[in-house]
Amino acid sequence: MSASAMPESALPAPEGPPEPPSGSSRMSPRSILLWTTVALVGAVGWGVLALSRGEEISAVWLVVAALGSYAIAYRFYSRFVVRRVLKPDDRRATPAERLEDGVDFQPTDRRVLLGHHFAAIAGAGPLVGPVLAAQMGYLPGTLWIVAGVIFAGAVQDMVVLFLSMRRDGKSLGQMARDEIGKAGGAAALIAVFAIMIILLGVLALVVVNALAHSPWGTFSVAMTIPIALFMGFWMHVVRPGRVVETSLIGVALLLLAIVGGSWIQNSSLADTFTLSPTTLVFCLVGYGFVASVLPVWMLLAPRDYLSTFMKIGTIALLAVGVIVAAPVMRAEAVSDFASSGAGPVFAGSLFPFLFITIACGALSGFHALVASGTTPKLIQKESQVRMIGYGAMLMESFVAIMALIAAATLEPGLYYAMNAPAGLLGTTAESASQAVAGLGFTITPDQLTQAAKAVEEQTLIARSGGAPTLAVGMSEIFSGVFGGTALKAFWYHFAIMFEALFILTTVDAGTRVGRFMLQDMLGNVWKPIGRVNWKPGIWLCSGIVVAAWGYFLYTGATDPLGGINQLFPLFGIANQLLAAVALTVCTTVLIKSGRLRWAWVTGVPLAWVVAITFTAGWQKIFSDDPRVGFFAQRAKYADGIDAGQVIAPAKSLDDMHTVVTNSTVDGVLIALFLLLVTVVIANAAVVCVRAVRSPDPLPTTEAPYVESRIQLPEQASAEPLVGTRS
Amino acid sequence: MTVRQRAGAVYRYLRWYLRELTGEAEYDRYCERRRDHHPHDPVPTRREYEVLRTRHRETHPQSRCC
Repeated sequence: MSASAMPESALPAPEGPPEPPSGSSRMSPRSILLWTTVALVGAVGWGVLALSRGEEISAVWLVVAALGSYAIAYRFYSRFVVRRVLKPDDRRATPAERLEDGVDFQPTDRRVLLGHHFAAIAGAGPLVGPVLAAQMGYLPGTLWIVAGVIFAGAVQDMVVLFLSMRRDGKSLGQMARDEIGKAGGAAALIAVFAIMIILLGVLALVVVNALAHSPWGTFSVAMTIPIALFMGFWMHVVRPGRVVETSLIGVALLLLAIVGGSWIQNSSLADTFTLSPTTLVFCLVGYGFVASVLPVWMLLAPRDYLSTFMKIGTIALLAVGVIVAAPVMRAEAVSDFASSGAGPVFAGSLFPFLFITIACGALSGFHALVASGTTPKLIQKESQVRMIGYGAMLMESFVAIMALIAAATLEPGLYYAMNAPAGLLGTTAESASQAVAGLGFTITPDQLTQAAKAVEEQTLIARSGGAPTLAVGMSEIFSGVFGGTALKAFWYHFAIMFEALFILTTVDAGTRVGRFMLQDMLGNVWKPIGRVNWKPGIWLCSGIVVAAWGYFLYTGATDPLGGINQLFPLFGIANQLLAAVALTVCTTVLIKSGRLRWAWVTGVPLAWVVAITFTAGWQKIFSDDPRVGFFAQRAKYADGIDAGQVIAPAKSLDDMHTVVTNSTVDGVLIALFLLLVTVVIANAAVVCVRAVRSPDPLPTTEAPYVESRIQLPEQASAEPLVGTRS
Repeated sequence: MTVRQRAGAVYRYLRWYLRELTGEAEYDRYCERRRDHHPHDPVPTRREYEVLRTRHRETHPQSRCC
């Protein structure tokens, strides 16, 4: 069943769904009827969300509103962007065809590539952000996720994919250098590296918070290492290349490990797997280093397969669960924290901090790295950027909606008892119950203990980071559909495992990517370090990368003010600034290539993302409110130290010094990020002005036209732009 | 189409999809390509091919997003 890549042959698609006949741009009456229905269904969903106040509504309406909007956006807006702005040409050979080498460049069936691309972009991000943002109510988050993805996130992914494809799969950093200039390119490169470090640190912190003091979770996640090693051995040595069978065995072993965790928890081994956050930090840092220097077949590759299978399977399961269980939204539509900015999960008001907290799922700059990496080298036909770039991002957005539903269907009292900082909640059920009452919600100590017992955790108090909250929400939804309350603890730990697996895969891959970037950068200064086979260079660079994200992980795990509360805004700002860089590159190329008229397609999202990141960054640096501004916070605690006072939630002068150091580092970092992105945008603005003034379009680095020899069956019609449907 | 045929078709589609998604099918394609371009050279065994593939993967890490 192999897909021959020879130009004449079509790829195997015998059993696929029949392709809709496409061609004329005028819609048939049937199609008009269909899309009117879709529009009405989506509108009804939004109507229910908008009009219900006070009464409880079903999560199904959220799903309906989101899916209806995605369908309309895909059918109309993405088609508009493709036809009017990007103008792909299916008679033009893609790099996959021109440079085909069977390794890096390979025309790949679009359905397969959609799966690849989705697996590469979707991770823990869309699961964590919406959970934290639920403190402002479910409505603002839902609106931003849906509108953000349609007009910003999916557009960014698709345009970057298209531009990179037209440039033989160049990376975002290279495109910035080629299209904008040396200064902009260098700033973009440093920004990408720094942002990646923050990202890895914060994601690893989510794992630490999920596994701390949880022998069940720690055991089952620890078991993924021997399982991955076994899989690696199996598909490299015993049965070379049998990935599917190995992955199926791996998934079965993984489920066994989750079941086994329950047994470990009740055995004498429980203490061995009950680890403090600090111990977990050192385990993760050590693991990250080893994983990045071991041969890929041992750990990284098998874990990647395992993670992909779990990802697609669990997301499908969650979609079925939400629709079948139809849980009721318990959170308010818009909470008081949205306007007061005094929320315990993250500080700051709705604008800009909601848009910072929910990055992945609405607009994620990190995707630009994936969309300018492997994917553009595999596209078979130019028009497929629509399905792969825009379509995959819509899918990720839907994952974010489901995470939001899982969090918003929890009792608000429980939500705050899990997500407020430990310093506020204390350690006992009584103190947590009181603190939650202080926030204006109710949960009795007994209910809190019961909730922890139901999922067989020692405690659910202050389990911030999003993963445990999502896991409790998922266990409610799953146990409502499969297995009842008896399986609740299993589903909770299943969800924890699923998130930890994603994140550890990102950490493995990210450390390796970071190491290569660092080797590349340092190689300019001292040649030997750039050599990819020189072991000391590999070890040194891996060590630097691991130490860098390990530093943020450690400060996050030990921060008296709550690491997630402090670091998540940094992560969000970093990710959105990367989006600003990507959208700047896109807008510049559109203007340079004489498409000024359409530059708003990426220009408006760029203006929006610049507005939110710079406002958030400005507030984080200059706000007088010590809960929001890092330097105000620093001043408050530094004054406390001078006066010899200990300010809660710090418990000692050491804690006070920790807060001062952390807030200084975080504040300086944000300033640095803003500076780097300003350099990129300023450099791009100069280029754009020059382009607008120039009578002829400025030269871009697009690869020359070569006639394509691949003929796809569905492209037999004269219409070159085939609207593919997902 | 009978139920049996339909089930068979679904199975074949799933198998094709998973083999393509995981890259398991790459070997078949590689061999075919090699036979076309270098008809007189022997094709590598599956094991040899996996070594080549891993070596390539070693130096071309792919970012995974958040």
